[in-house]
Amino acid sequence: MLGFQLGLSVTTPPPLIEMRGISKSFGPVKANEAVDLAVAPGEILGLLGENGAGKTTLMNILFGVYQPDAGDILANGTRVSIRNSADALAAGIGMVHQHFHLASRLTVLENLLIGIPGKSGRLDRAGALVRLDEIAANYGLRLDPDQPVSALSIGEQQRLEIIKALFRRARLLILDEPTAVLAPSEVDGLFAALRAMTTQGLGIIFISHKLNEVRALTHRCVVLRHGRVAGRVDVPAETTALEMAQLMCGHEIVPPERGPSVPGATVLSLDAVSTAGHGGMPLREVTLSVREGEIVGIAGVSGNGQRALADVVSGMLKPQSGMMEIAGKRVAAFTPREVQALGLGRIPEDRMTTGLVTNLPLADSMVLPRIGTEAFSAKGLLKPGAIVAFAEAQIEAYDIRCPGPMVRAGALSGGNLQKALLARELAFDPKVLIAAQPTRGLDIGAARFVHEKFLALRAKRCGIVVVSEDLEELLVLSDRIVVMYEGRIVGVLDAADASVSRLGLLMSGAGGNA
Amino acid sequence: MLRLEARQKTPAWLNLTLPLVAIAVTLILCSGLILMAGAGVLDAYGVMFKASLGDSYAITETLVRAAPMIFTGLAVTLAFRAKFWNIGAEGQLLAGAMASCFVGAIPMPGPLAMLLMAVAGAAAGAAVALIPALLRVRLKVDDVVSSLLLNSVVFYILMALIEGPWKDPFSGYPISPPIEDSANLPVLIEGTRLHLGVLVAVLAAPLVWLLMARTVLGFRIRVTGENPEAARYGGIDVQRVIVVAALLSGALAGLAGVGEVGGVHFQVMSDISPGYGYSGIVIAMLARLNPLGVVPVAIFLAAVMTGAEAMSRATGVPAFLSDVIQGTALLAMLVALLFTAYRVRRSA
Repeated sequence: MLGFQLGLSVTTPPPLIEMRGISKSFGPVKANEAVDLAVAPGEILGLLGENGAGKTTLMNILFGVYQPDAGDILANGTRVSIRNSADALAAGIGMVHQHFHLASRLTVLENLLIGIPGKSGRLDRAGALVRLDEIAANYGLRLDPDQPVSALSIGEQQRLEIIKALFRRARLLILDEPTAVLAPSEVDGLFAALRAMTTQGLGIIFISHKLNEVRALTHRCVVLRHGRVAGRVDVPAETTALEMAQLMCGHEIVPPERGPSVPGATVLSLDAVSTAGHGGMPLREVTLSVREGEIVGIAGVSGNGQRALADVVSGMLKPQSGMMEIAGKRVAAFTPREVQALGLGRIPEDRMTTGLVTNLPLADSMVLPRIGTEAFSAKGLLKPGAIVAFAEAQIEAYDIRCPGPMVRAGALSGGNLQKALLARELAFDPKVLIAAQPTRGLDIGAARFVHEKFLALRAKRCGIVVVSEDLEELLVLSDRIVVMYEGRIVGVLDAADASVSRLGLLMSGAGGNA
Repeated sequence: MLRLEARQKTPAWLNLTLPLVAIAVTLILCSGLILMAGAGVLDAYGVMFKASLGDSYAITETLVRAAPMIFTGLAVTLAFRAKFWNIGAEGQLLAGAMASCFVGAIPMPGPLAMLLMAVAGAAAGAAVALIPALLRVRLKVDDVVSSLLLNSVVFYILMALIEGPWKDPFSGYPISPPIEDSANLPVLIEGTRLHLGVLVAVLAAPLVWLLMARTVLGFRIRVTGENPEAARYGGIDVQRVIVVAALLSGALAGLAGVGEVGGVHFQVMSDISPGYGYSGIVIAMLARLNPLGVVPVAIFLAAVMTGAEAMSRATGVPAFLSDVIQGTALLAMLVALLFTAYRVRRSA
């Protein structure tokens, strides 16, 4: 059918951008292999793939960060060579990175003018304001030009990044996980702006793990796996998220089975715990208990005390008042070593900064919390053999994709890093596990892996606390869901009674004390 | 056109060859200065080489000069690994020199005196390093500034001592009384100045390497330096690790002073260190913060310093060239470090 349609439209303009047979290797790793991809004017192309599938490398090639080993890039039908971001901009390509590249002390307008040659040595502010008005009128992207970037919300900063690309007359916009940082209402605004751009003939490459968003927004999808094109989706709206996920990971996906579990003795309890004197929302008289063989989900809008809760339990924050017990023993010092010695496993919210040491070998990060224990040292001397053997065993057991235990931890993809963090905790059979945002930024396959591990741990009678902003995740995993609002627990729901709407109501603070 | 591209991985051979390339570039750049001074480049470098490494006596002189630089290089390496920016090795060296001179002047059996000099010198160096470390972990005072400025403080304490209570009562010169003869570090080769402290310095390098690579403390120092937040989450007392690293660093720098007093000068004077503490920074960077690399780099810079004097006498090129070579070598190395993170690619 599709071929027939294409056959008819002989006057189709050439694609804005076409990548032909792109290959790129880093040493023995083939990051991209013979990838073909094209974006037509007015088209939104979804680029899907698990972490490490080669999406980022491909887009970096398009933006001139890397040179391809083989293959051609065509802009409007003519071959171009993109050696740096200036070449990319000249070819009409604009990129909105996941992490913004903005000068926070400058204003919106000044950020737009960075790198733009002025008129006889002076910045063309008036001309820029006219362009800014045009962009606002055409796409509904509005910002106060005199606001400093530091005063903008994350969503507004992203809008500025998009405006920046349009300001430089990009015809093709690459958005890398643009919705990861946005609230649901902001996502709607972003999508409206993107659709407005396509009506003006712009093309968009949309990279996302959120398949429902991909289905709602894109016209076509390219799925990468192990650096190659694993499949193409011609009508995303009529393809299920499950089908897409299966294309991404290359095998069938069955939702995880949460078998029955009879909770046993209490393994973690907090009694009227309050905190003070740290950044963020403090805890106010939080009382909570977790039993063995039970998964307790902590729900709440970001910034309602979840971080303080995770920090207290992890031994990173000493409460001002209240009591905490792990496996029946009272926690006194609230240090990482103490809670760990009592049998607590910890998965930190921020893998790259809190969990791992990116510049050191992976093995070092994997033994870091227990380096002083008999397993990895004796009398102050390391046991290098034991450290490497431990790391190798976990790499094998958790299928952590990496060249070996001595590779720089920062070279691993997010999913593999999370596997490494899980491995380092679960290897020591924790009685309780606290995991903060355990699947944030992970692709479906990796997230599934994490969920399966949690459920297997539950079957092994571990008590698990999952702090997450992803309600779907909490509903799939939890036996009970605790809702936090302004540092307090405002509701506890059994899995059977919980739904997104009930949770949403409690999370907004409208539920009263349930 | 050439361009830089980020590397995924740094090849091992590059880490070894980069310092050599940096040194080669340095010598080439500095040859311009030699030409400007009106001498032949090969002549000048030839004299330099002959005077520093040309015969066995010259080699021992170079090694004697390298000893304090090995200690300060190790001191800076250890501190920088913990990201404790110890720019104060110079002051710590002077403190070590003063303390060991004080102890060495007390009559007691020789071996005991040498041991106590080392202990006192290391302790004094550590005490000086403790100040910026505590200021940093307790009050978040910038360690670069505080450790650097302390160098002047310690230097003026030294000046006050040798102009005051230590002043030679007979000659009136601002030099301290000498240490006891029995406290002089034994000479290893008859007829040279090669003293026991040189051997200790060379042996200290593998010990520091073992400490960093094979002990729990070294692990904690490395992790704390690379990512203090992950270190804290992993149960490491980050502030304590920084203080311990500072103490060890100061002790090593203090030992540099002990060697100069016990093995070379046998007393303290105002110019006991021609900036060995600052050379330690250059050495640590050229050695890429690898303790084992400190020894060859220190010997190289010592050879430059030793050779520069002879070159100056023979060719008329000012001996300041050795300082220029040190500075240029540091800059060349910093540029070379770029190539561990990036590679040059030719593009169409």
